[in-house]
Amino acid sequence: MGKGKGYGKELTKGILKENPVFRLVLGTCPTLAVSTSAMSALGMGAAATIVLICSNLAISACRNIIPDKVRIPAYITIIAGFVSVVQLLVKAFVPAIDQALGIYLPLIVVNCIILGRAEAFANKNPIIPSMLDGLGMGIGFTLALLSMGIIRELLGAGTIFGLPVTINFMDPIIIFILAPGGFFVYGILVAIVNKLTKGKKAELGCGGCPMSSACSKISKGECGSDDNV
Amino acid sequence: MIMFKGLISIFLAGILTENFLLSKFLGICSFLGVSKKLNTAVGMSAAVILVMLISTAVTWPIYMYVLLPLGFDYLETVVFIIIIAALVQLIELLMRKFMPPLYNALGIYLPLITTNCAILGITTLVIDNTLDPMASYGFAESMTSALGSGIGFLVAMVLFSGIRQKMETCDIPNFLKGLPITLIAASLLAVSFFGFQGLVDGMLG
Repeated sequence: MGKGKGYGKELTKGILKENPVFRLVLGTCPTLAVSTSAMSALGMGAAATIVLICSNLAISACRNIIPDKVRIPAYITIIAGFVSVVQLLVKAFVPAIDQALGIYLPLIVVNCIILGRAEAFANKNPIIPSMLDGLGMGIGFTLALLSMGIIRELLGAGTIFGLPVTINFMDPIIIFILAPGGFFVYGILVAIVNKLTKGKKAELGCGGCPMSSACSKISKGECGSDDNV
Repeated sequence: MIMFKGLISIFLAGILTENFLLSKFLGICSFLGVSKKLNTAVGMSAAVILVMLISTAVTWPIYMYVLLPLGFDYLETVVFIIIIAALVQLIELLMRKFMPPLYNALGIYLPLITTNCAILGITTLVIDNTLDPMASYGFAESMTSALGSGIGFLVAMVLFSGIRQKMETCDIPNFLKGLPITLIAASLLAVSFFGFQGLVDGMLG
């Protein structure tokens, strides 16, 4: 019973409390780049979730075999393997998503969420909680991407999932599907999430960032401190 | 002459119209993380330029002359990330041994760079452009593209660190403090880069 409750927590923490995009500020590059339409946001979210579950599973299973010193290269190699698998599957079965995601599909390898979860969770926990953690984080990432995708597509193109919504009676504000709109919508959504979680500020993802030990050396008061961003 | 023109247009596009940070969203983590002070912004960008050039110089020939002829092109992502990780380690070691002043300036940024999407981004992007019959990059074009993108990274980082220093003294509404206002400032900077649209083609006729 207690165990089941623990599993539930691993699954749900990624959705709001530790949402990788809005709370931990990880994976910003794909978030900004592919949220131009709801469909590509969903495709990216699904691809990243699959990679996240598989890599968490593999890394958790190998956690006692991989020497500590070479763990980051080992994790990157494992993740890259799964990314290649997903990339080939997407190319074969949903070429439209492959077109929409383009270069950002192979870049899932360097998505900090995946390496971050490997470092922060999967290398310390057994297989099943790691998989649930991967699934929860993946869902949180997908929901964040989807909310940005829907807002940007609605405002910038007047459609949602390609179906016309407002396009028939008003001109779309094209800048929302361009680069500046991405930054703007992300900023506003982070502000809203900050407000909803009562002032606990989103920090630049040092907690979940696999590179935080190297990063903190850069200079004091940079990454990792409260007054950060 | 035509080739020279092509190279200049690739170089300028990398800096102005297809800026890695502001229009391709590659390397945003470092853009937001280390842009608070000018010296860290410059140091990080210099390290990014160096690693971008070296890894493009290594991965492009490996892809074209090893992976592609042998039919292993589906291993692109795996091979590239391993090469980049190894290269970064190697650069760090060599720098520490032979160029201590440079190591002191850039060394701390190097471990961060392996997982910077800008590096894997540029290596994958030049391969895409090489295979694309419309662009059909060669080695020279690929290296120029890497250099231009790296300098574009530097330009955006330096501009943004200036903006952030100004923002420190501003009276910002409480709910926007921190990350949200930073992102909105980045959005305005990205708008200003739209002003360069069409400039490169216009300049080179």
